[in-house]
Amino acid sequence: MTTPMPARRRIAPALTYLSLIVASLVVLVPLAVVLLTSLKTSEEVSDGGPLSLPGDWLNFDNYATAFTDGKLLSAFANTAFILLFSITGTVLIGSMTAYAVDRFDFRAKKPVMALFLIATLVPGVTTQVATFQVVNGFGLFNSIWAPVMLYMGTDIVSIYIFLQFIRGIPVSLDEAARLDGANSLTIYWKIILPLLKPAIATVVIIKGITVYNDFYIPFLYMPSEELGTISTALFRFKGPFGAHWEHISAGTILVIVPTLLVFLFLQRYIYNGFARGATK
Amino acid sequence: MTETTETPPVAPAKVPRAAVPPRTGRGGRLPRGLTPWLFLAVPLALLITFTYVPVGNMIFYSFTDWDGVSPDRRFTGVDNYEQIFTRPELFRVFFVSFYYLAASAVQIAIALYFATVLSFDLRFRNLFKGILFFPYLINGVAIGFVFLYFFQDGGTLDSVLSWFGAGSGHAWLGDPASANTSLAGVSVWRFTGLNFVLFLGAIQSIPAELYEAAQLDGATRRQQFRHIIAPSIRPVISLSVILAISGSLAVFEIPYIMTGGATGTTTFVIQTVKLAFQFNKTGLASAAAVVLLLIILLITWIQRRLVPDEKVDLV
Repeated sequence: MTTPMPARRRIAPALTYLSLIVASLVVLVPLAVVLLTSLKTSEEVSDGGPLSLPGDWLNFDNYATAFTDGKLLSAFANTAFILLFSITGTVLIGSMTAYAVDRFDFRAKKPVMALFLIATLVPGVTTQVATFQVVNGFGLFNSIWAPVMLYMGTDIVSIYIFLQFIRGIPVSLDEAARLDGANSLTIYWKIILPLLKPAIATVVIIKGITVYNDFYIPFLYMPSEELGTISTALFRFKGPFGAHWEHISAGTILVIVPTLLVFLFLQRYIYNGFARGATK
Repeated sequence: MTETTETPPVAPAKVPRAAVPPRTGRGGRLPRGLTPWLFLAVPLALLITFTYVPVGNMIFYSFTDWDGVSPDRRFTGVDNYEQIFTRPELFRVFFVSFYYLAASAVQIAIALYFATVLSFDLRFRNLFKGILFFPYLINGVAIGFVFLYFFQDGGTLDSVLSWFGAGSGHAWLGDPASANTSLAGVSVWRFTGLNFVLFLGAIQSIPAELYEAAQLDGATRRQQFRHIIAPSIRPVISLSVILAISGSLAVFEIPYIMTGGATGTTTFVIQTVKLAFQFNKTGLASAAAVVLLLIILLITWIQRRLVPDEKVDLV
């Protein structure tokens, strides 16, 4: 060991921690400021700087205003409705497709897979102008079913996740059940679907977060006010609350908190889900 | 596997019932060849309705002057395409993408650094992991508001800068250069976590023996990164690059929410949405979308060429 080594050994980890702390501050400070602002009165917001502290840490008036005037209750209800139907649909569609493609040999199998594969190359945002006409043609514009159909119908990532998992389920299980007289539907429902639980968890998490956070689709397809989702309802804060940052901040925090809670409870699954989902 | 015997290639795929002899006995079960279609009917119907029909229609609209509402549309040939490439105000939006492209490079570098650092043993490792990833999960509109407040005149950024003696009172979203840089910065803040988690997952799937062997051979951290980590995560890096490029072309949410496309921050998608839904130029917007789609397909094709994907075993 030469002399500079011990010194370097102490400096390198210190720099590592320093970089981590700086990065954490970069992430947390903008959020913390919004939290502070949400607890201030409007005088405090206009008089003090953004980093000043609220006089009363338990001032939740802004939250009440944001929640009622911002129509966040119906926004959460609408989002929950869309979540429930689009996630159930995605799970069923994804697992059915994966089951059909992995467990059956039929001549159109390759073309069918190619259809799904090529669709992954088409980014949703590019076709929105024409998709709009299709949705409109079905009379689904300004209906809560428009986002449900779109989330269900255009999710190819989940099909891949199911396909990966279903390959790991031994075919001998299917065959045993078939000998006992089970038909394909029973096998899918009673054997495959229960064994796909880990994949379902992954899809539910990824899909859930995507749907909860999506702005584009509800913004385009459900402009009417009573159909606001949490994204579009929050976006409307820009108008009536103008520069009332204490109300906008409260609404923002109200939208972030559920995400934070889900994240804290499901951390491990969320990391895995995203690592798996994005690399398909 | 199921045992459908090879049938002569007569009627391709359309009516599988005819190709396979119907099964007899055991109470009216469906013919074998039809069963997969039972499961595929709904998924395929949705796929075709919401992906292929729109793509087809879009290409058709792009050659017309349709306004999206009226029943009559005139076939105008390549006029829409000509406009996109010749009218500077339409073409300009491509340059905005460069800000986001540069931001993606920064984002991938930062993510790679932290993924490497946090794959070794560190105190508070999970806490740091959580903090770095969390922004990716936050609602886009919420992020838009957080940073509108952050960049305000005399807002958080100005206050923090003034601690370090930098002059405050810069209108961050006020002129095109700093507005686009600020918005691209928000996109780094938002998406670094995703790249970070992808890289982290890839690094952690490297067998531990490799590191042990390297350490026995006296390899430094830097050497370990160069010779073990970097080659192992190459596919994920390549995937991130492709997502970054197509993502930079398709930016919508953050600039739309924060500036509405003002002060030169209009991106390609914002412009397309405005053309289609505010100015009723469905034909022109479709042509723009076709151009974007072609660019993204081209990039994907080049990437597949340069970095062949070992696991394209989809069937």
